[in-house]
Amino acid sequence: MDTELLSRIQFAFTIAFHYIYPPLSIGLGVLLVVMEGMYLKTKQKIYENITRFWIKVFALIFAMGVATGIVMEFEFGTNWAVYSRFVGDVFGSALAAEGVFAFFLESGFLAILVFGWNKVSPKLHFFSTIMVSFGSMLSAVWIVVANSWQQTPAGYHLQNNGGVFRAEITDFWAMVFNPSSVDRLLHTLSGAWLAGAFLVISVSAFYILKNKHVDFGKKSMKIAIALAVFASLFQLFTGHHSASGISVNQPAKLAAFEGHFETGPAPLYLFGWVNENEQKVNFGIAVPGMLSYLIYGDSQKPVTGLNEFKPEDRPPVNIVFQSYHLMVAIGFALIGISLLSLLLLRKERLFKSGLILKLLVVSVLLPQAANQLGWISAEVGRQPWIVYNLLRTKDAYSKTVSSGEVLFSLILFTLIYALLFVLFLYLLDRKIKHGPEYTDDGDSVYAEQKLIFEKNKQG
Amino acid sequence: MELNIVWFGLVGVLLAGYAVLDGFDLGVGALHLLTKTDTERRITLNSIGPVWDGNEVWLVTAGGALFAAFPDVYATVFSGFYTAFMLLLFVLIFRAVAIEFRSKQENPRWRSAWDVAFSVSSVVIALLMGVALGNIITGIPLNQSKEFTGNFLTLLNPYSLLVGITTVALFMMHGSIYLVLKTEGELQIKIRSWVNNAIIFFVICFVTTTMSTLIYYPSMAAHFKDYPALFLIAVLNMLAIANIPREIHKGSEFRAFLSSSSSIVLLMLLFAVGIFPNIVPSDPSPEYSLTIYNAASSQKTLMIMLIVALIGMPFVVAYTVIIHKVYKGKVRLDESSY
Repeated sequence: MDTELLSRIQFAFTIAFHYIYPPLSIGLGVLLVVMEGMYLKTKQKIYENITRFWIKVFALIFAMGVATGIVMEFEFGTNWAVYSRFVGDVFGSALAAEGVFAFFLESGFLAILVFGWNKVSPKLHFFSTIMVSFGSMLSAVWIVVANSWQQTPAGYHLQNNGGVFRAEITDFWAMVFNPSSVDRLLHTLSGAWLAGAFLVISVSAFYILKNKHVDFGKKSMKIAIALAVFASLFQLFTGHHSASGISVNQPAKLAAFEGHFETGPAPLYLFGWVNENEQKVNFGIAVPGMLSYLIYGDSQKPVTGLNEFKPEDRPPVNIVFQSYHLMVAIGFALIGISLLSLLLLRKERLFKSGLILKLLVVSVLLPQAANQLGWISAEVGRQPWIVYNLLRTKDAYSKTVSSGEVLFSLILFTLIYALLFVLFLYLLDRKIKHGPEYTDDGDSVYAEQKLIFEKNKQG
Repeated sequence: MELNIVWFGLVGVLLAGYAVLDGFDLGVGALHLLTKTDTERRITLNSIGPVWDGNEVWLVTAGGALFAAFPDVYATVFSGFYTAFMLLLFVLIFRAVAIEFRSKQENPRWRSAWDVAFSVSSVVIALLMGVALGNIITGIPLNQSKEFTGNFLTLLNPYSLLVGITTVALFMMHGSIYLVLKTEGELQIKIRSWVNNAIIFFVICFVTTTMSTLIYYPSMAAHFKDYPALFLIAVLNMLAIANIPREIHKGSEFRAFLSSSSSIVLLMLLFAVGIFPNIVPSDPSPEYSLTIYNAASSQKTLMIMLIVALIGMPFVVAYTVIIHKVYKGKVRLDESSY
């Protein structure tokens, strides 16, 4: 295998692994603000327990996000040096803004969020929770802006430096508000809210099923269902908006989403399997003219097909088709589950139905899958370009790095991430099985260690 | 002043901020295994508990700023030092995970395994950072298209390793002073004895590195020859270092900590003056060196980022001060501790 392919595999693997955690932190961050707000408002002990339990889970997830996130920043330079030289002038501003505005905010207030419960006033702690939640969304803003610029470059010009071209910024705000950034940001954020909401729903359902921490579970779940209902419906809106934007900005990607080869009125497939050689979708069920209708409000309007693009300018079709359709299907399933839960909650039947609770326990995997699949369709759909219509992926990798070096690092990443993932699941599982601490319970280990420390002090 | 020079300075400020802040927590990590009982180890670990993450953000932001302000330096160094940077990443991950996971289980073998991971990764990170700086001083082989033409072993030359060891020594001294500030009782008495050893270790390394720099890389001294006023930095640095044992002797650890922080900043300043206006000198073909001019982003980007920095940095300083204020004083273990 060559350096390019190995670098692509490594980037895809490391970003997919990283992307398990930030959406959870963003979603859980929003819920923490609500939970702690409820505690400050009602002064009920149960909301303190809820908040403090989820803070511990948040800290574990956040640490995984940080540890795997540094990798991403390094990899642009280590594996994609040509790309880095090409985009540095544009992309760098967004990355620097992320560091200065978002990362410092998050990490600073995280210290108070996680370690400060007994050290600062409740109001300052609540403020820190809000700041961490805000910071985590702010970092999503800048990284999605940078990624969107790769999809729909704007506010730049190409500068020739002695035969080597690079993109240079001409209009910062045009770069920030490039044609796809707002749609994609909202779509990404609602995916993140769903990830956090369903984590809380799943764990709470587990407690209620096991008849443990029942009050804790019910109260946590109510808060999370509210977010899930909002986010899943909002997701439908942002998804529709994104797809309409793609029809204008990246028609080849949209055509790949639907396996649409010949320009003409386009159907909307519920599912299918794309045969790229014969240029048709097999085993599919489709609503004729529906894609045209969704985009233009007219089922007869032609949608640009893949054949309008040279073969070397087309993305791989079937993988984009499948990931896109699965994501959409999961999106609708999440709307269904959220609304059903809300309905049953209002009829006071939710906590009595074992079947529904079991469904909710496993539903934590759905937003995770949809988030990953969404990114696969977005990024594979951008191929063969690393920066749309400007720089090809095959030209962008580091020329000085050998395939052996990348193979070595890829193997190490695989081993280390496998270990990390096992540890993460183990600790998360233990935390969940252990359940929330009720503040009047003493904790023997800490009590003992405090005692030793006191002796130490006197000595 | 030219924007290129401003950004050379700002990247330097971020790196110096990183060295001062993460310097002490890497130093604490390097000394971690010298403590024996679980409670002592939890105290040393929790002395950096709430702040290490924020300290590391300085590195992330310095990396982002380098990418944005000098994309060619970022691309050349990160791809050229591929294996070294991958090793750095793996130890950074291990360290973060070790801190986070160590106290999650009571099993002594679990804890001592993570203790070793935490300590070894802290030493390796400091060493690799120092080796990287050392290679900037020696210069690395670059070609016309700004690409590195050496290999991993090129980077492991004796001089750069010496700079690496000096960095470890510097951070150990810095970290031990920090620990004295954060502890009390028997543990503090024990740590106080490490401080003296760490100072001696650092001074030996520092003198050796300075001598070999002047002998083998006299170009690092060129600006000091041309502008004798700059020699004041070297004098201040010597005074800052000399002040550390003096303050320790007097029992004013906080001032000792300020002195060692100042000496880190001054060392970075000496380094920056030495290489200016190069960022990555090329050896053997100096004409291919990456400078603050040929490796920089456009003036427009540098200006935009300066605005970003001017808006953002006061907040960054404010957060840093607030966090260190909230957690000042001796370590207290409670149920949210590591």
